Amino acid sequence: MRALWCQPVTLLMEPVPVEKPEPDDLVDLAALYADSHIAEILTQLDRDLVGLVPVKTRIREIAALLLVESGRRELGIQAEPPSLHMCFTGNPGTGKTTVARRMADVLYRLKYIRRNHVVTVSRDDLVGQYIGHTAPKTKEVLKKAMGGVLFIDEAYYLYRPENERDYGQEAIEILLQVMEDNRNDLVVILAGYKDRMDTFFRSNPGMASRIAHNIDFPDYSADELYDIAEIMMASMHYRFDTGAVAVMRDYIARRMQQPRFANARSIRNAIDRARLRMANRLFALRDTPATRQALETITAEDILTSRVFAQ
Amino acid sequence: MRITQGQFSFLPELTDAEIQAQIQYALDQGWALAVEYTDDPHPKNYYWSMWGTPMFDLKDAAGVLMEILACRVARPHDYIKVQAFDSNKGFESIRMAFIVQRPDYEPGFELVRSEGPGRIIHYSIRGYANALPSCERYGASR
Repeated sequence: MRALWCQPVTLLMEPVPVEKPEPDDLVDLAALYADSHIAEILTQLDRDLVGLVPVKTRIREIAALLLVESGRRELGIQAEPPSLHMCFTGNPGTGKTTVARRMADVLYRLKYIRRNHVVTVSRDDLVGQYIGHTAPKTKEVLKKAMGGVLFIDEAYYLYRPENERDYGQEAIEILLQVMEDNRNDLVVILAGYKDRMDTFFRSNPGMASRIAHNIDFPDYSADELYDIAEIMMASMHYRFDTGAVAVMRDYIARRMQQPRFANARSIRNAIDRARLRMANRLFALRDTPATRQALETITAEDILTSRVFAQ
Repeated sequence: MRITQGQFSFLPELTDAEIQAQIQYALDQGWALAVEYTDDPHPKNYYWSMWGTPMFDLKDAAGVLMEILACRVARPHDYIKVQAFDSNKGFESIRMAFIVQRPDYEPGFELVRSEGPGRIIHYSIRGYANALPSCERYGASR
């Protein structure tokens, strides 16, 4: 023991001389990447969200941008933080709201926003009903969203060209001012159908010029919709039996041709109705006890009774 | 005479970053924030004017700071304070209050003695600034 105590400490701590650049000029992007735990979110994104390749690519790009930006900050390179106001366009049920939540997660992990929260609003939350009502209402929503993400669903409703006395314009102006002045405190995401958003931006060039990222959400293919159905079923602890798989694929193909098809939302509704029919089927047989397997399985019959097959 | 009311009034003026940190503390406790202003800082003046309504359900201090900055622009010569209200049962009152703006020159208070019957003297204090009408105090119209 004594001998160890006497060891000169310097010997143990002698640095190994290695040729490398000045440590002041180095930043470990891999370590930043690991610290932010962003990889988990991106893998989760890949796992949970079917398809949506352009969306995922853009999220990766933004993540890379913010990671490099934080590396630059570490080295003391001065720059205005990038503007990250976004516009999500796409048909109903393509996952705009879901992605907005994930986006907040990504931005929070990369320390672009201070709080991991999304405030979802639509026209009614921003626009007032009489003169002088709009400004306080819009400001209150903005203050609640500060530090996080403000998600404006169906943003094109804010602008109603057919009514020149509409208060929507006032809300847009306040929104623009805060988007500019409080760029570090708030990320605004506008969402809506593609054609209507295009009209909206044409009449509000100020808004268009402040949106850095336009992300278009493509419609899902039939295969992707089936995968979505599987994920939804698994999350609710249901499964299709062998007969139901083919019927479900057939159902999706037919449903896609029908009016008011809303992508993943239609699939969710279809599953909910199938659950209803399955429950009724089991309830009719209530005299015999139901097995666990029966309670978990949706059969072809549950889907075939849908009105989609009646046409 | 520097007015000392509420928290931190014996400290140097808080910077905006410090104000934001204090507000964030209040928000993290779940308290609602309000901004108030006055040109009459008499210690018994309990009712300052409200700058907008109290702010509920905020997550981040930036929203409150935005209102403080707006109030400073509109009321450059007045006292402005921030209050945090705790709605929890048992408190139901103001838990924090501190001044975030004061006039450049604070004339202070005069001690007024008025004699009553039987050599009784009543004392009161009166702000020197109150000699002027409300809109002209603290150099507002100069």
